[in-house]
Amino acid sequence: MEIDPFIFRLSIFILSIFIGYYVVWSVTPSLHTPLMSVTNAISSVIIVGAIIAGLAGNSDSVFNSSSIFGYLAISLAAVNIFGGFLVTQRMLAMYKKKKKDK
Amino acid sequence: MISANLSAIFYLISGVLFILALRGLSSPETSRQGNFFGIIGMIIAITVTFLSIGNFSSGFIYVLIFLLVGGLIGAFIAYKIPMTAMPELVAGFHSLVGLAAVFVAISAFLNPQAFNLGSPGNIKLGSLIEMSIGAAVGAITFSGSVIAFLKLQGIMSGSPITFKGQHPLNAIILISIIVLIYLLCSTQSSNIFWILLVISFLIGFLLIIPIGGADMPVVISMLNSYSGWAAAGIGFTLENTALIITGALVGSSGAILSYIMCKGMNRSFFNVILGGFGATEQSANSSNKEQRPVKSGNADDAAFLMKNASSVIIVPGYGMAVAQAQHALREMVDTLKKNDIKVSYAIHPVAGRMPGHMNVLLAEANVPYDEVFELEEINNDFANADVAFVIGANDVTNPVAKTDPQSPIYGMPVLDVEKCKSVLFVKRSLSPGYAGIDNDLFYKENTLMLFADAKKMTEDITKNLG
Repeated sequence: MEIDPFIFRLSIFILSIFIGYYVVWSVTPSLHTPLMSVTNAISSVIIVGAIIAGLAGNSDSVFNSSSIFGYLAISLAAVNIFGGFLVTQRMLAMYKKKKKDK
Repeated sequence: MISANLSAIFYLISGVLFILALRGLSSPETSRQGNFFGIIGMIIAITVTFLSIGNFSSGFIYVLIFLLVGGLIGAFIAYKIPMTAMPELVAGFHSLVGLAAVFVAISAFLNPQAFNLGSPGNIKLGSLIEMSIGAAVGAITFSGSVIAFLKLQGIMSGSPITFKGQHPLNAIILISIIVLIYLLCSTQSSNIFWILLVISFLIGFLLIIPIGGADMPVVISMLNSYSGWAAAGIGFTLENTALIITGALVGSSGAILSYIMCKGMNRSFFNVILGGFGATEQSANSSNKEQRPVKSGNADDAAFLMKNASSVIIVPGYGMAVAQAQHALREMVDTLKKNDIKVSYAIHPVAGRMPGHMNVLLAEANVPYDEVFELEEINNDFANADVAFVIGANDVTNPVAKTDPQSPIYGMPVLDVEKCKSVLFVKRSLSPGYAGIDNDLFYKENTLMLFADAKKMTEDITKNLG
């Protein structure tokens, strides 16, 4: 009997939870705010679903109820992607070590 | 158009890059590189999605327009936002992830062919379950984050809003969500899908209103976690590895942060979620409180004490963020350092309104991160320090947490500020902190209260030091 592909996805999911668990525990507490903003940015990879929905409109009707929700989701996710990565970068640029020139 | 297998491999690569993005945050040196990996991962995921559809005709231009409009808004916000507003920003971003998940689920429900999920009214059972879970969690994330945002922004009162029958009502709604998902799967009715969404929005709203301002670190982390699970749910629907991996990463990240925050307050997760802390039983013991003498001083006294110290530990809290005193504080510390005084910063896990809030503010004020220490790293140093300078923190320094088993904060890890030779406490008034209890530290022999706005007081001290 063949294994349902769902099981493979479930395996990826479960293993990723474990990876997340260990990776996040190793994040230094002083970077917890950037951690939140970057997880925000990467969870907006949900934009791939929005793009599929947006492109699904056929040639005579670019706008149908499904693709409109797709377009809206694209802009929401894009706000997050650009905003999330840029604000993380801005924050991380501020973390500096003590100057050792004295 | 590229094959499904090839695009799956690219999605896997982008998932791995996202793992590396989080891995980079283990130290500030590698963190910028980590963020870069995250950006690459995102570019790969988006590019592959376009290539795998290969339909560059009609809708493509609109996709680009919406992408650019969103991107510009996001970039604008990212550059304009002041660092003190970071908790609001993160809450706002969470709400967008949640809403995007809901919208994607709606389009998948309306046009399942585009996603290879079957046809309307005849969607594959597994996909329908995944989709409805993703949509429900996304909706909860959205409305919950909106409330968190309003509370953090001060548009909505930060005090807990509770009413009779709140918990039974929430329980009924949660059960009905499960029932609705079951009904949706058996009938495929779009009406049930819409009701499910409305009810999920409602429960997100109801879950967050009873939670008070200082519990926001837990709430934000929890919503962070939810946004991840929502993304994962949609990832299963779309059979997309990048989304599944990311969802799992973000979900566990938020869960761990919530755990750390709860531990920092010595409260169980359920205790926080059920809410109403400080609103009910504490009023009794604050009424029979006698007036105790406090010593108060001015900037001159504080400057004198610090000038004669050889080591000073700074304890910042939410009040520092409110007063925007971080830059003034750093200037004061610079002056102290010029006088050869050793200065370090002690950060309590729940100081501020989100995990790591104080660290970001200090970093913004150019405080080197190797002068900033976590509670466990620095707590033993208080006994050897001359002066503790508490600015905008309160409950996290209260020795009652160690001595009085009756106290609501008993058992919460606190900074051992009282062990310092002298304590300077910058505060507007003697009012109790968020937990609604008096801070014994105010009345200690070695405590000097500095009643003033944190920023103004710090500036005055700097003048007197000079």
